[in-house]
Amino acid sequence: MEKVLSARFDIPNSHTLDVYLQHGGYRALQKALTEMTPEQITEEVKKSALRGRGGAGFSTGLKWSFVPKDSPKPIYLVVNADESEPGTFKDRPIMEKDPHALLEGMMIAAYAISSHLAFIYIRGEYWYLKERLEQAIEEARARGYVGKNILGTGFDCDVIVHPGAGAYICGEETALLESLEGKRGYPRIKPPFPALVGLYGCPTVVNNVETIASVPPIIVNGGDWFRRLGTEKSGGTRLFAVSGHVERPGVYERPLGYPLKQLIEDCGGVRGGRKLKAVIPGGTSAPILTAEEAETITLDFEALAAIGSMLGSGGVIVMDETTDIVQATYRSIKFYEHESCGWCVPCREGTNWLVKIFRRLLRGGGTERDIDMLIELSDNMFGRTHCPLGDAAAWAVAPAVKKFRAEFERYVQRRVSVAV
Amino acid sequence: MFSQQAEKRIDELLAKYPQKRSALLPILYVAQAENGYLSDDVMEYVAQRMGLTYLDVLSTASFYTMFYRRPVGKYVVQLCTNVSCWLMGSDHIEKCIERKLGIRLGETTPDGKFTFVEVECIGACGGAPAMQVNFDYHENLTPDKVDQILDALP
Repeated sequence: MEKVLSARFDIPNSHTLDVYLQHGGYRALQKALTEMTPEQITEEVKKSALRGRGGAGFSTGLKWSFVPKDSPKPIYLVVNADESEPGTFKDRPIMEKDPHALLEGMMIAAYAISSHLAFIYIRGEYWYLKERLEQAIEEARARGYVGKNILGTGFDCDVIVHPGAGAYICGEETALLESLEGKRGYPRIKPPFPALVGLYGCPTVVNNVETIASVPPIIVNGGDWFRRLGTEKSGGTRLFAVSGHVERPGVYERPLGYPLKQLIEDCGGVRGGRKLKAVIPGGTSAPILTAEEAETITLDFEALAAIGSMLGSGGVIVMDETTDIVQATYRSIKFYEHESCGWCVPCREGTNWLVKIFRRLLRGGGTERDIDMLIELSDNMFGRTHCPLGDAAAWAVAPAVKKFRAEFERYVQRRVSVAV
Repeated sequence: MFSQQAEKRIDELLAKYPQKRSALLPILYVAQAENGYLSDDVMEYVAQRMGLTYLDVLSTASFYTMFYRRPVGKYVVQLCTNVSCWLMGSDHIEKCIERKLGIRLGETTPDGKFTFVEVECIGACGGAPAMQVNFDYHENLTPDKVDQILDALP
């Protein structure tokens, strides 16, 4: 199993520049700046079939190519390190154990889009990682890998690490930009897309941590090599963050197209030898899978989309036979209700109503009509909000109700109730 | 209003960004570290320092959960209760913390040492159940481990 992103994770002091250089660090940047044009870099990344690892899965090279070549305004690169999708913790080890891989990817991406100032927007809770990244930037700046005249090529690019302050919505790229401008994290209406009108009204590329950390190996080994690691349309490997009822939760690097069942076995299987009941395959906004669906599905964008779910952020949450799906789904919707920015009605009101109905059901006061209402409400939210948070909330609820309806009915029949 | 060190840090932050207002969140962290929470006076002062209005600062500060607009304890114990942590027993840990501190979620101990709050996913799902005390992560919590962590805080 080829390790691309996690190859250095287990090396002592892997976060330091010296260790990074000993293990092939900054070779890709040297190659990019001295042997390639920005257009060639973008083409190589397109060829790699690298798709955004933050959740949306958009082609990275294509996104870069949208940045105007003759912009009179400054161009910005923003790394989205606001990892907040429940079940997702795969960017953490990159920043903790391999921060120079992220910085190297950033410098290559900045060169490709002609950016001279890049930001890492990191969730406020990851304060220790903010400090680690700032140390890495200092080290890299002192040795000519970041800042002025990088590697003596005349290319300049500096990096600012910017802390968020506790708002899931700021993981949405336009809300992130608002937050980076010092405002409330309200999403912007798209179009215009950030590639044309982003930070301070200037062309801006927003990419996830893992996406950018995938760039150096693509430059060193070629886009075709990366694509062949995964599937034709989903290139490469990715980090899967596995949590819940498995023996060995953690971050596992696997190629795109890897069987979900095998991944669970790689984690030691379902805890205590129990039976699998359900899996959320890509953070809580990815529609839940039954044990039967999990049996045969592969982890790639196309296969999961084909069965009405998504790969999302790669956060795999495993639930064994003891799990109460109603309570688990309530935890998800409570999160979306709390994190809705409140800007648009379907999300603000919809998530609130969903929470109220869940509470009624859980307390034993719900009706059959309430169960139908969960689906109706979700359907009315989906596709009707300014940003995908409303969709995420709808996707967290409706598939769970449809696939595990009998569990919801148990509450209606007053056979169970819990204090919430 | 702030220490010399904090004032210096604010100056550095204001000089760091292409547009000054971008420094607001980092400056609010500095202000909160100085004062413990973001009082109206503190926000008024930050507004003055940045050339913004009080309402500009309030509207931003009030959006983010990590900024406190009321006094909090010396240690803010933030227990994650989201799906992965719940699956691994965060409900039980919640009860343990409540018993240990003698307060409920959302409350502060009478001596002002601890505030106990529920937070949404903190990105520690692989080490569920998890919590943060101020900025420090604590994972794979058990009742004993929670006791040890809280007892060790001066």
